[in-house]
Amino acid sequence: MVWQTIKRWYHMLGSPRYFYTFSSALLPWLTPIALLVFTVGIVWGLAFAPSDYQQGNSYRIIFIHVPASSGALMGYVAMGVAGLVAVVWRMKMAEVMMKAIAPFGAALAAISLATGALWGKPTWGTYWQWDARMTSMLILLFMYVGVIALQNVIRDPRQAARAAGLLAMVGVINVIIVKYSVEWVQTLHQGSTLKLVGESTINPAMKYPLLISMLGTWLLYAVNVLVRARTEVVWRERRSKWVRKLVKGGGQ
Amino acid sequence: MYFDSFADFLAMGKHGFYVWSAYGISALLIGASMVLAIRGQGQVRQTLARQWRLEAMAKQQAQEKQRRQQHTEHKPEVDDESGT
Repeated sequence: MVWQTIKRWYHMLGSPRYFYTFSSALLPWLTPIALLVFTVGIVWGLAFAPSDYQQGNSYRIIFIHVPASSGALMGYVAMGVAGLVAVVWRMKMAEVMMKAIAPFGAALAAISLATGALWGKPTWGTYWQWDARMTSMLILLFMYVGVIALQNVIRDPRQAARAAGLLAMVGVINVIIVKYSVEWVQTLHQGSTLKLVGESTINPAMKYPLLISMLGTWLLYAVNVLVRARTEVVWRERRSKWVRKLVKGGGQ
Repeated sequence: MYFDSFADFLAMGKHGFYVWSAYGISALLIGASMVLAIRGQGQVRQTLARQWRLEAMAKQQAQEKQRRQQHTEHKPEVDDESGT
């Protein structure tokens, strides 16, 4: 029963046309919600949350630093899974998704590094150090850039997806290193204060705006991926009747 | 509001530079990725519309050329008929 439902989902979402219709219905309300949640989280964190007793107001960088980092990591895992499906089952929509996930993930990884450096200066006294967390995060950015580059360099989209898919899969190992680097090696970067299981060691007045800005970032990521995937679907299916009708009719 | 005044909010307790440049860079990158994603959608449509227009034109020209060729091929036959 469950297996059959999963199978049906796989086939439905595996159909470019179904995806296009589905995302057409989803985007008009997902986009405003994403913008609203993101804005609420950021404004709350910047203007309403209390200051930190040790770091003062510089800690407010957390409200973009942590959401961006978590988005970059989750995005990479999603891209790795899409890569696996693309390489093993040659599913077209997985290839499309892999391509759509990469750009925003790269942007978030860059944001994570930039905001981390700007937070490090007033807190640790340095913009950068080759600490395990920061180095592995830099590698994550390079992996994203590598996946994007492979997709653009190889002309045949299906071959490009295979090569990029392999790189995306291998890079997932790096995500695990990023995640546990603060626990394995004690260097400059602190451990996580926000925990999925067990008690978080962060003040609730800071935790809620952080959770909201995280959710907002993930939703914005989803919007970005959907828009990019739709573009890719239209391009790849350009020889099909429904895309011809869609583009000629000027519909959404 | 945690801050006493808007000036206080901007100053971020001497850390204004770090906080605001962090948020500035983030807004720039997120915004750019969103704009590029949305622009791409329009670009693909434009490219396809142009491509199809060119294809249709090429097809029309080919048809016309064929018609003209058929016309010239028929001419000698007509002449032959009138000649005999």
